[in-house]
Amino acid sequence: MALRAIAGKKTLTLGLGFGPRGAVAASCPGLGLRLRHVRGLVTFSLPDLPYDYGALEPAISGEIMQLHHQKHHQTYITNYNKALEQLEEAMAKGDSSKVVHLQSAIKFNGGGHINHSIFWQNLKPANEGGGEPPHGSLGWAIDTDYGSVEALVQKMNAEGAALQGSGWVWLALDKEMKKLKVETTANQDPLVTKGANLVPLLGIDVWEHAYYLQTELAVGLKLNPTGRLDQT
Amino acid sequence: MGFPLLSPSYCCGSQPSPPIFHGLLRFKPVTSLRKPSSQKRQLCQSGRASKILAYYGLTTPPYELDALEPYMSQRTLELHWGKHHRDYVDSLNKQLAKNPLYGHTMEELIKVTYNNGNPLPEFNNAAQVWNHDFFWESMQPGGGKLPQGGLLQQIEKDFDSFSNFRDKFVESAMTLFGSGWVWLVLRTEEKRLSVVRTSNAMCPLIWGDIPIIGLDMWEHAYYLDYKDDREKYINTFMDNLVSWHAATVRMLRAEAFVNLGEPKIPVA
Repeated sequence: MALRAIAGKKTLTLGLGFGPRGAVAASCPGLGLRLRHVRGLVTFSLPDLPYDYGALEPAISGEIMQLHHQKHHQTYITNYNKALEQLEEAMAKGDSSKVVHLQSAIKFNGGGHINHSIFWQNLKPANEGGGEPPHGSLGWAIDTDYGSVEALVQKMNAEGAALQGSGWVWLALDKEMKKLKVETTANQDPLVTKGANLVPLLGIDVWEHAYYLQTELAVGLKLNPTGRLDQT
Repeated sequence: MGFPLLSPSYCCGSQPSPPIFHGLLRFKPVTSLRKPSSQKRQLCQSGRASKILAYYGLTTPPYELDALEPYMSQRTLELHWGKHHRDYVDSLNKQLAKNPLYGHTMEELIKVTYNNGNPLPEFNNAAQVWNHDFFWESMQPGGGKLPQGGLLQQIEKDFDSFSNFRDKFVESAMTLFGSGWVWLVLRTEEKRLSVVRTSNAMCPLIWGDIPIIGLDMWEHAYYLDYKDDREKYINTFMDNLVSWHAATVRMLRAEAFVNLGEPKIPVA
């Protein structure tokens, strides 16, 4: 249980580490940060998965994991870096309209990077404990706020199914209210856009690219894997 | 495409309204909610007030599901039309069974449910049903190439050249964040063609423009065939799928609503 507590803290740190405090993020080696000393601009690179692409079968296919990680997540990172470079130039020149114009690209691509980095940590192969119900303080919190894990899974499934277009479903901790919350965000908006005091514990990517290649998931069973995801 | 369904009042002698069709769509009703006549008579005799429901059918694409191979696979059509599009229709009908939004064509229903920016829950389903109908008809086997005649002239007038328009269309689709659609529309106020982008279920009908071509950029539209290669999907659409015939017909209809200043009748 101590291990899980540590892992949980790491997840929280990861969740917090992508804010403007690049220094905090730099202390977590798994995040693939690379400091560019030349201009002092922090750029990002694709973090490695803590498991093989095929390790999550049959819940999520290796093909989906590879595409999702190497193509989609990489694209978000590439475009995020590009947007940050352009932002730096625009800020140096004092070009306010360019600075504001870049915000949507930063929110989208930066958010994509944040969200997916959390997502990879949320998943674990079944033989390493993935899919087991939560223990310890998280399990207790779920029982207090939702009654049971099944009720929580049902709520998250309902929110995910009701989401129109692309987005994410989150299990969040409201730091101020000290309660668990289920939230959804649109497109690649990170959880902080729904509240500065929300800490992501578990995120589910409900963009179609996350499941479409597995037909049985595409035709509507997609959120069943929620029950099989690691909930550290 | 939508037709009003009257249940008990049919047998009670009042005039049944004619079904309201969309002129351009090939209508093939797939299922019907008509009750068997004995049941209808029973309800009639019970003296209850008749309940009028709106109900819309799923139209089929104007080609076989494998006709767009190899550019859009049969599997994609089966899932995209057979599951997603059908789901939108079924969900809409379920919602309409409880909500008296009666007597609208699909286009009208979208505007009504959009509710000037405060969309009703039916909006998403209604708009997606219309969008997908429009999408299937924006494509054809052996599509692509160039438009001809008046439409080509109008494009060249409004975009300087066809390739300029094509680049704009592709760029618009590539830079879309999230789910959405890309359209070639005729702007009713500016009286010119334009490329616009909408998110999720939004449709240019909302603000009164007339769509000429629509491209579905939701991931489910291309993921099975192209995975994450959106550029290839968009280019394939422009080169091999888009139906300029359908676009021309829509343009002809649109010109009845928007005066493009043609023909130029010489003054004597």
